[in-house]
Amino acid sequence: MTKQQANWSPYDNNGGSCVAIAGADYCVIAADTRMSTGYSILTREYSKICKLAEKSVMASSGFQADVKALQKHLAARHLIYQHQHNKHMSCPAMAQLLSNTLYYKRFFPYYAFNVLGGLDSEGKGCVYTYDAVGSYERVGYSAQGSGSTLIMPFLDNQLKSPSPLLLPAQDAVTPLSELEAVDLIKTVFASATERDIYTGDKLEIVVLNADGIRREYMELRKD
Amino acid sequence: MFRNQYDTDVTTWSPAGRLFQVEYAMEAVKQGSAAIGLRSRAHVVLACVNKANSELSSHQKKIFKVDDHIGLAIAGLTADGRVLSRYMRSECINYSFTYESPLPVGRLVVQLADKAQVCTQRSWKRPYGVGLLVAGLDESGAHLYYNCPSGNYFEYQAFAIGSRSQAAKTYLERRFENFTDSSREDLIKDALIAVRETLQGETLKSSICTIAVVGIGEAFHTLDQETVQQLIDAFEIVAEPEAPAAEPDAAAEQGEGADQGAAADQGVAPMDI
Repeated sequence: MTKQQANWSPYDNNGGSCVAIAGADYCVIAADTRMSTGYSILTREYSKICKLAEKSVMASSGFQADVKALQKHLAARHLIYQHQHNKHMSCPAMAQLLSNTLYYKRFFPYYAFNVLGGLDSEGKGCVYTYDAVGSYERVGYSAQGSGSTLIMPFLDNQLKSPSPLLLPAQDAVTPLSELEAVDLIKTVFASATERDIYTGDKLEIVVLNADGIRREYMELRKD
Repeated sequence: MFRNQYDTDVTTWSPAGRLFQVEYAMEAVKQGSAAIGLRSRAHVVLACVNKANSELSSHQKKIFKVDDHIGLAIAGLTADGRVLSRYMRSECINYSFTYESPLPVGRLVVQLADKAQVCTQRSWKRPYGVGLLVAGLDESGAHLYYNCPSGNYFEYQAFAIGSRSQAAKTYLERRFENFTDSSREDLIKDALIAVRETLQGETLKSSICTIAVVGIGEAFHTLDQETVQQLIDAFEIVAEPEAPAAEPDAAAEQGEGADQGAAADQGVAPMDI
């Protein structure tokens, strides 16, 4: 008698890629706007990016229903924080909150692959990268989602400290300027779009710096 | 009111059909420092007098933001007010989360009133000792409600609660018919004058009063001290017609008041929004 198997899954993968790069005084968060299921496209204009606090922006790929629920949950928690502390949450605080929220559902996870970007309390760019159950690390750059395997090695090539012997690890921030970073993002997505079928349509770029927040769009291949 | 044999428990009726503990709770509201609310078609203004225990301590926070479209002012037991505002914030967040739209003010005050009623019918509880002036905006317009410890609530064009509120109410009764069409600035001015009425002689300055506004296209927020002081100065120069002879005195007083206001600003604890 073989064990009964479920004939449906509570999860689906809507595809897409997310990238974030941190600089000395800025942070760039980007994601494509294609939402798919199986080999079909659901829509070409869906934003995977969500502003959680004044200086924290999250991009998430995976199962968008879970992503939406996660974003709503974090927004509600942020509102409570603001009422209690009379200020916005800092990016490191939001990073920890996101981690705790994800681990809370360790045994029925949010199928969300997140990358959180923003400015830390000193105004320096920060990027936090997560797995589905909340394991996280502060890094200088990260990619998540269906195109991450194509994007990450290229970012390593361009941004990672050249010598593996350099210990302790270098400052978690890239030496690039804001315009160079945005340019790199555009290059990276154009390449990922070529080979990943789930990435394409349009690229949404959000730039966070001392002046505030800025949004930019770029067309990508639609095939 | 005098002590009698029916006032020990909240669950004991008097032969005349009164619940004395509930009435005593309403007395607690009358002892708190004044809070005033006024409403026009598109705005609601809350104003309150800040009392501090001593010169050394900070002022009690009497105005709370509940959501972008709702705020409240309290009079009475501040701790009870704080707890109730936390409940209201939680209700607003939960409603927004479920329905992706702001909680209508009328619904919130009913929930609040029901919560207060529970405490009037349990032997192991006591009524909340705080009166709340709830100001909010929803699809049906601007609203001002008063929630009292008894579990009753009423909607008002303008109202005042707390100590010496009768003086403010008298002023508001004279003027309320004009409020619906008032501009935002006139509404705030009327609120400040109403506050001044409760002070009975004491100089009105921004360090002892707080003003908060909510309106169409304007989220609930407290005005900062500088803005309030400027508004006070603006209308004190145009002195009330009843006291033209006092103008030179008022001008001198206002000069001192502004200095004191500025000095007091540095002393005010940074915990106010």
